[in-house]
Amino acid sequence: MNFNYLLVRLGELTLKGRNRGRFESLMLGKIKEALHACAGLQYESSYGRVYIKLNGADAAETMSRLADVFGIQTISPVLRTSHDLEEIRRAALAVLQAHLPVPSTFKMSVKRAWKAFPHDSMEMNHLVGAHVLRNTPALRVDVREPDVELRLDIQPQGVFVYCSVVAGAGGFPLGMNGKAMLLLSGGIDSPVAGWLAMRKGLEIEAVHFHSYPFTSQQATDKVVSLAQRLAYYGGRIKLHLVPFTELQTLLAQQKQDHLIITLMRRSMLRIAQRLAERSGALAIVTGDSLGQVASQTLGSMNVIGRTTDLPLLRPLVMMDKLEIIRISERIGTYETSILPFEDCCTLFVPKSPATNPNLRVVEGVEHALGAELARLVDEAVAGTETVTLTERGRLDAKPAPAAEDRWF
Amino acid sequence: MQTYYFDHSASTPPYESVIRTVAELMAQHYANPSALHRAGTEAHKLIERAREAVAGLLGAAAGEVIFTSGGTESNNLAIKGILGAGGRKPKHLITTAIEHSSVYGTARQLESEGVRVTFVAPNAQGRIEAADIETAIGPDTALVSVMHVNNETGVVQPVEEIGRLLRAHPKVRLHVDGVQALGKVQLDWAASGVDLYSASAHKFRGPRGAGFLLVREGIRLTPQLTGGGQESDARSGTHNLPGIVGMAQALRLALESLPERRARMYALRSRLIGGIKTIPELVLNVPEEERLVSPQIVNLSYPGMRPEVLLHMLEQQGILISTQSACSSKSLKPSRVLMAMGLGEARSTGSIRISFGDEHVEADIDILTERLRTAVAKLKLLERN
Repeated sequence: MNFNYLLVRLGELTLKGRNRGRFESLMLGKIKEALHACAGLQYESSYGRVYIKLNGADAAETMSRLADVFGIQTISPVLRTSHDLEEIRRAALAVLQAHLPVPSTFKMSVKRAWKAFPHDSMEMNHLVGAHVLRNTPALRVDVREPDVELRLDIQPQGVFVYCSVVAGAGGFPLGMNGKAMLLLSGGIDSPVAGWLAMRKGLEIEAVHFHSYPFTSQQATDKVVSLAQRLAYYGGRIKLHLVPFTELQTLLAQQKQDHLIITLMRRSMLRIAQRLAERSGALAIVTGDSLGQVASQTLGSMNVIGRTTDLPLLRPLVMMDKLEIIRISERIGTYETSILPFEDCCTLFVPKSPATNPNLRVVEGVEHALGAELARLVDEAVAGTETVTLTERGRLDAKPAPAAEDRWF
Repeated sequence: MQTYYFDHSASTPPYESVIRTVAELMAQHYANPSALHRAGTEAHKLIERAREAVAGLLGAAAGEVIFTSGGTESNNLAIKGILGAGGRKPKHLITTAIEHSSVYGTARQLESEGVRVTFVAPNAQGRIEAADIETAIGPDTALVSVMHVNNETGVVQPVEEIGRLLRAHPKVRLHVDGVQALGKVQLDWAASGVDLYSASAHKFRGPRGAGFLLVREGIRLTPQLTGGGQESDARSGTHNLPGIVGMAQALRLALESLPERRARMYALRSRLIGGIKTIPELVLNVPEEERLVSPQIVNLSYPGMRPEVLLHMLEQQGILISTQSACSSKSLKPSRVLMAMGLGEARSTGSIRISFGDEHVEADIDILTERLRTAVAKLKLLERN
């Protein structure tokens, strides 16, 4: 049996009364964008829902792409019929019999949103339920814990018959809640933080600090791949590549080995804040998870976080590493994250970094550096290279040199 | 005297552009692709671009392509890589009596090491019946290995049908030796149900020493070459960059024009078979029906005549053909493949294989037929029955 429609229920946004219209059209745009590769689909928007007419497209394939679109609460593959009772009965039977694993119990659940329909919910329950039972000998009714709930949704434009409801990604449509900068390293955590932020409707611009020759080109390539994966969820994503070598070497020479991570992170936040101002972003998202490493203790967060006036959003702050890894696997960033290229040069990482840095000492070191530090921050911001990435690669990618093309 | 090369199934003449590419890459990209410096990074990018190109041409994901040194290595890696994985439980391998020696020999070696091996026989036309494979499946079966196109007869094996059958046996992996098929008979990798697919570049006019194994996402292989951990640890060894890029180009050239090339080769095959039929001493060992065979191979016998005599007589006339497959032709044993088809010892010992390609035209086939006729006429006088 082939389903002819997908019923997409929009998520949290339906709670918001006044702006609902805008949200729904934003959602419809996101859904169309995600499915641009599937030809022949037709869309119909109604209160908190989008109906997608498949026109022969594969329901499972289309659903698996939709599962990654933020703002979708649930998705059901449905058979849409006219208001003709016989047709509804046939559809109900087909939907139930196609359900896997084969159910041994079911219950009917009828919603009559279109009150002009001649039979009321109770009648429909019997009229359709009895037909299904008659034609499916091993099936029984169980209203408490049925294996399958066979649903009829009677709407003015037709009747929707279905029994499976698949969870979507949830959250808000991307961009609905503004924009933030994401500090993106090559590790496991920061891409997950980015994904969680995006799921909450935040548009993300990623910031990556590289310190060639202390880090390699491969480390940057890895971050590009991670950003590309995030672009799969967001359509496209800007990645700011910040040259950090000068700052890092300056900080490394301050004979404050145990504070170097603190000092580096503070400078990173300063740069991120400048980039945020330039991009109109109102927050900085990080992959910090409480207590995971020295720079993520409460003491460190306090000293580091004071550098910026922008809200610091830390989606992972209360999560366990295993939970983070699970999400990372689910969103497809794990395999890239565990590639062995160092992101932050381990060369400078002290044996015992401060877990409880002293704010006064840190500020003293920075004060002593004075104008030098400010100059290097300016230079880093000025030297930042920005690339726009899509799921497939750099949007502004230069075509491969002709010589290289000839080889393939 | 002009040479007519009719041994494409043993190795093909590389495309001119592939030769140039390999030369340019040897000159310009000698750095080790695993090196961290710029030259290494550039070389590495070319490898990854080749991987995407190969994957794209075959409808696979880039991560499903493992580069190897060729067909023999791909076959060894697939079979030993699967049977070596996961514990010491006794395992069962199903393969066929007509596989290339790199599969057959590997199966024999594993058998001597305690793996249970079933060799399924073909029908009289040289085709394996999918049902026979299914019958052989037991609870311990880990792998089925069946070639796509037989290297001696050109008969196409029902690998997609076997793939469908194996859907009911999710623990059984399916390996297909696609060495003779690639560039002649297309596999729909995405829908095929095949888990591992071997290929060798020099069979589709690419360079020698390059090949690949497609490995379905999620399948882990025990590496057979350990070392630097290249190819996601599945196959260590410095990447053969000129070979790999040259292979990607050859594959594109072969697949771009596949329908036309197939049509041309089938026409040549049918012309050749027509000619052979006018020489009564010769017997065809392959079905004529085009849907059963790959277009580039014809196998025939001169029963009672040592095949290498015919080979050398034709060679004197500038015609290069092959007895059995090149890899086993130095032995005088009857062809294992033809014996398995039940063709008997006389036909199986006297078989020759003619395999052609893109450079041949009808006139070449006519010259071949005529020289074959002349050679047989001379040998006829020496026939001993």
